[in-house]
Amino acid sequence: MFPTLLFYFFAGTLIAAALGVILARNPVYSALLLVLCFFNSAVIWLLLDAEFLGIVLVLVYVGAVMVLFLFVVMMLDVNLEELRKGLASYWPLAVAVAGFVVFAMINVIMVKHLGGMSMRTAPPLAVNYSNTRELGTALFTQYSYPAQIAAVILLVASVAAIVLTLRRRTGGKPQDIAKQVAVRAKDRVRIVKMASEKRQ
Amino acid sequence: MITLTDVLVLSGILFAIAVAGVFLNRKNIIVLLMCIELMLLAVNFNFVAFSRYLGDIGGQIFVFFILTVAAAESAIGLAILVVVFRERRSIEVEDLDSLQG
Repeated sequence: MFPTLLFYFFAGTLIAAALGVILARNPVYSALLLVLCFFNSAVIWLLLDAEFLGIVLVLVYVGAVMVLFLFVVMMLDVNLEELRKGLASYWPLAVAVAGFVVFAMINVIMVKHLGGMSMRTAPPLAVNYSNTRELGTALFTQYSYPAQIAAVILLVASVAAIVLTLRRRTGGKPQDIAKQVAVRAKDRVRIVKMASEKRQ
Repeated sequence: MITLTDVLVLSGILFAIAVAGVFLNRKNIIVLLMCIELMLLAVNFNFVAFSRYLGDIGGQIFVFFILTVAAAESAIGLAILVVVFRERRSIEVEDLDSLQG
C-alpha cells in the first residue's frame, strides 16, 4: 500500500512540475522545474524496480543535460517580453490537442484494456534479483552491437557540438609551424653587392 | 499495488502536457527543446512500465538507447541554438526563415 501512495504523490508532483515547465514565464524556472520532473521520474522508476535507469536518469539528465540547458539559458540574454508576446492566443489549440491526446490514450488504456493486460500488477521478482546485473548481461551480450553504435553516436554528437560552436578569432597572430619550417634563407635575406664608397 | 494502467495514464498525461507546451511556447526554442525532453521522458515511462510488467529486460535496454540519443540530440540542439543566437541575436522561431529565400 505504501509504494502506491508514494507513486501517487510523486506522480502528482511530476505532473505539477511538468505544467510548470510549459507555463513558467522565465526559461530558468522552466529548466529548474524540468530538473524536478526528472527527479520525480527517477523515484517512480525506482518504485518500478528499474534502479539502474533511475540513477542513470539523475546522473545523465540532471547532472549533464540540464546543466547544459541552464548554462545556455543563462548565457543567452534573451528578451523575455518579446518572447511572451502573443502566446495567449494559442492556448485553446494547446488545450484541445492535449485533451485529445489524453482522451485517446485513456481510451486505449482504460476502455480497451490493452487486451486485458493493463490492469494486472507486476510479476514478483526473484529473491536475489539484481536489476543492474540483468541490464548489463543483456546490454553486453544480446545488445552489444547497438551499444557500440550508441557510443559512436555520443562521440559524433560531442564532436559536432564542438565544431558547431567553435569560433575562430580573427586578427590573432598564431604561429604557422609548417610555414616557419619551410622558409629558406634566400626568402628572407637579400645580399646586395655594391661598390664601396670613398670617405669624403 | 501500482498497476500498469496507473503508469500508462501518467505517461499519457505527461506526453499531452509536453504537446501542449510545444503549442504554448511557439516562440522560444529553448522551451521547445525542453518539451521534447518531456516527451522522451513520457515514452521512457512506457518502456520501463512494459518492461517491468511483462518481465522483459529489453524495454529497459531501449530506455538506455533513448537516453543516449536524447543526450546527443540536446547537445547538438543547444549548440545550434547558440550559433543561431550569435548570428541573429534572437531565438524566436519566426526569425529562422532564411531558407525561404
